[in-house]
Amino acid sequence: MSLHGKIYERRLVWRHRIGLIFEWVCRIATFLSLGILAVLLFSIGRQAFGWLGWGFLTRSNSYEADQAGIMAGLIGSLWLVGLTAIMSVPLGVGAAVYLEEYAKPSRLTKFIQLNISNLAGVPSIVYGILGFTVFVRMFGLRDRPERFTCSLGFAQFSFELPLGRVVLSGACTLTLLSLPVVIIAAQEALRSVPPSLRHASLALGATKWQTVRYQVLPAALPGIMTGVILSLSRAIGETAPLAVLGAAAQLSFAPGRIHSIGDAVQHPSKILQAPFDQFTAIPLQIYGWINEPKAAFEHVAAAGIIVLLIVLLLMNGTAIFIRQRFQKKIRW
Amino acid sequence: MALVKAFTQFVEPVDPPAVAVGESRRPPKIETVQMGFFYGTHQALRDISLKINERAVTALIGPSGCGKSTYLRSLNRMNDIIEGTRVTGSVMLDGEDIYAREVDVVSLRKRVGMVFQKSTPFPKSIFDNVSFGPRIAGLTNRAELTEIVEKSLQQAALWNEVKDRMRESAMALSGGQQQRLCIARALATSPEILLMDEPASALDPASTSRIEDLIFELKQNYTIVIVTHNMQQAARISEVTAFFYQGRLVEVGQTKQLFTNPTQKETEDYITGRFG
Amino acid sequence: MLFGCALLSVLTTVAIIFVLVTESLVGIPPHTAFFQDVSLSEFFFSTEWAPQFSGSQQHYGVMPLVCGTLLITGISGLIGLPAGLMIAIYLSEYASPRARSVCKPALEILAGVPTVVYGYFGLRFVTPYLIMPLFKSMGFSVYGFNALCGGIVVGIMIIPMVASLSEDVMRAVPNSLRESGYALGATKFDVSARIVVPSALSGILASFLLALSRSIGETMAVAICAGNSPNLTLNPFSSVQTMTAFIVNVMQGEVVAGSTLEKSLYAVALVLFVITLVMNLISQMVLSRYREVYQ
Repeated sequence: MSLHGKIYERRLVWRHRIGLIFEWVCRIATFLSLGILAVLLFSIGRQAFGWLGWGFLTRSNSYEADQAGIMAGLIGSLWLVGLTAIMSVPLGVGAAVYLEEYAKPSRLTKFIQLNISNLAGVPSIVYGILGFTVFVRMFGLRDRPERFTCSLGFAQFSFELPLGRVVLSGACTLTLLSLPVVIIAAQEALRSVPPSLRHASLALGATKWQTVRYQVLPAALPGIMTGVILSLSRAIGETAPLAVLGAAAQLSFAPGRIHSIGDAVQHPSKILQAPFDQFTAIPLQIYGWINEPKAAFEHVAAAGIIVLLIVLLLMNGTAIFIRQRFQKKIRW
Repeated sequence: MALVKAFTQFVEPVDPPAVAVGESRRPPKIETVQMGFFYGTHQALRDISLKINERAVTALIGPSGCGKSTYLRSLNRMNDIIEGTRVTGSVMLDGEDIYAREVDVVSLRKRVGMVFQKSTPFPKSIFDNVSFGPRIAGLTNRAELTEIVEKSLQQAALWNEVKDRMRESAMALSGGQQQRLCIARALATSPEILLMDEPASALDPASTSRIEDLIFELKQNYTIVIVTHNMQQAARISEVTAFFYQGRLVEVGQTKQLFTNPTQKETEDYITGRFG
Repeated sequence: MLFGCALLSVLTTVAIIFVLVTESLVGIPPHTAFFQDVSLSEFFFSTEWAPQFSGSQQHYGVMPLVCGTLLITGISGLIGLPAGLMIAIYLSEYASPRARSVCKPALEILAGVPTVVYGYFGLRFVTPYLIMPLFKSMGFSVYGFNALCGGIVVGIMIIPMVASLSEDVMRAVPNSLRESGYALGATKFDVSARIVVPSALSGILASFLLALSRSIGETMAVAICAGNSPNLTLNPFSSVQTMTAFIVNVMQGEVVAGSTLEKSLYAVALVLFVITLVMNLISQMVLSRYREVYQ
């Protein structure tokens, strides 16, 4: 053994060779994983080919594979994601503003922070169980649901308590599920706002709240929006919690008993009823089709997946667009 | 046991070093000829011709951004790591161009060790830190490794402080100890040259003086090139000093002469504290 | 008010624990909890899980579900962890900025694909075109729904997570350590495998733990690919049922409110929650200590 001379030189050749092999193994692992993505998209795209058309988007489900459609799930998913956004954005941004701008470093703050990052790792199915108990059943406090009617003057809507398997239950569950992710994303966006901006605003005599409201939040907005959209796009693909809520896989109508676009135009009051109506969602319909014994439904499932992926792509595209656009505008 | 032989060769130098610019009887250990250096299109060094003598301390001084660190780092091709860098001219080590195609940069760096400004112990034990170099070079024999570690730590004047805690994490050492550990780690691969990039600038005065004493000891066996901000330090420890300014080598000479009687106006301005 | 928003997250945790505990451990009178109907020893030590039957054929031994979960998690770990780590090493140490700018978004897409899609992919591609031809020809009897497929698919799912978390911790290793390595005559391999990876080890292990906890909690892909038969087996070619698959499978049908079957869902969910919580907590703590070391 020696650190010098021939043996070292010969060993060096080997060391270089091992290094090269290692580099290529790592490189191949990377490209193989990306290859999987390509195979996945290609194989599903091939299955879906010819099954995806305007009719598929506008029809609701049918027992005949070639008559099946995704309208109910598509509208259901849009309702879910819309309501989830309305609830999770103010709550999430509020929590992030508190933690980043107001909270003093204390045991409690640390605990809340740890709690949030742990919630982000709780299996989604546990959120399903939670939502089922809290929103669908409301702890079983009433044996039989009671119906309430609410009048807004020009229209009225009614709802039951406990809520049951309705859009609102689903949206509340998805809100709890996506809240930790929204908070973490918003915190990161707030953290990227330079302290000098805050100091400048405070030095001009602004109050803490004015500083946050008029300086920090607008500056962090693109980052927050990006994070929010990304976490909502996670939520839209979630199947397990909705399935646990007991939402139906297949329905013949969109929430509010709306069977077609004409239906919605003729009876706009039905839209008001939608949050308190039964629902299905794109991933639920896909799951239902996967479980169909008839072989032809595998193509329907693939077509459904393509629709889901396109919705995701649109959402992610929006997020990237916002990021690009505002990154150029604001330079620190 | 060729290794031990290799060591004794260094430990007991045949020739006592007696070096001065221009009158050296030996050929220079390192010689750069009209060397230039580029970061992309930006030229950081131009036309550096400098001879560095064996078993002596050569100090590189100059204001920050003058290129002295870049020059030091190009002597063991550390700059190769940075993308888009380029060297022109030639850098000769024992008369061979280190930027030649057939030179293996790994074995070059084993010959030309380096100590950085910030001490950089690996998050491993003291023993593992010092034995890292010999280990990756392929040495597995425990007894030999132990021998090298002990010898290196002794050379770095750290042995007495850590001999009972070889298994402890190197991160637990003090700043000055960490820096000496890094020197020991560099010595363990038995390099011929030691490049030091402001090795004491982050240390307190007591630790600094220990490092300086150490450098004084080490030059018996090693060729040392040291970058320093501190002119007193350069004056205390080096035989030869080179003054860099704006990417050029302004003046090089025997330390005493350069500090007492500089030939260039820029050198004089710098050492009298008019800038930098 | 803002404080209330932050508190909501704590409230969520409290609600989860409250719901799971009152349905499974301590009932609120007049309701009884699961473990007041079924003994703890039957739940943890009986080897049969048959909650939908009645009378003497009814069994509540969670072992088959835990075993199925571990089998799938194990397989997914064998695939996802090394692959993710290698990708992380490639991205952090070897990849050029251009290669990174291509690979990172692609991995993000991979991470964003919904799990039901992975389930479909496993059922319609991995089993018929990968597992069947490979292992049937070797003489194994492979079921249409099998644990191996579930494991592979979940393994693919955790790759992006392992890769991005491990890459983050490896990039946090200061560059000065890499330079010191090179200055000692290290090759790029020496620096990656003997300096960067050991220095980032605690962070890498934490990311492994997080990924495995995700595997344990994963539902749709395994419910679709691995079948729904609670077998106590370690045979990867047989059909198994995981804890999550059991829950989603039961909830798909009508469950009588207040029945032992319904309460068993909460008991299983509690086991799932506790396991993942412990794993998450450990890795969070390791990660935050790791960040302190390098800051």
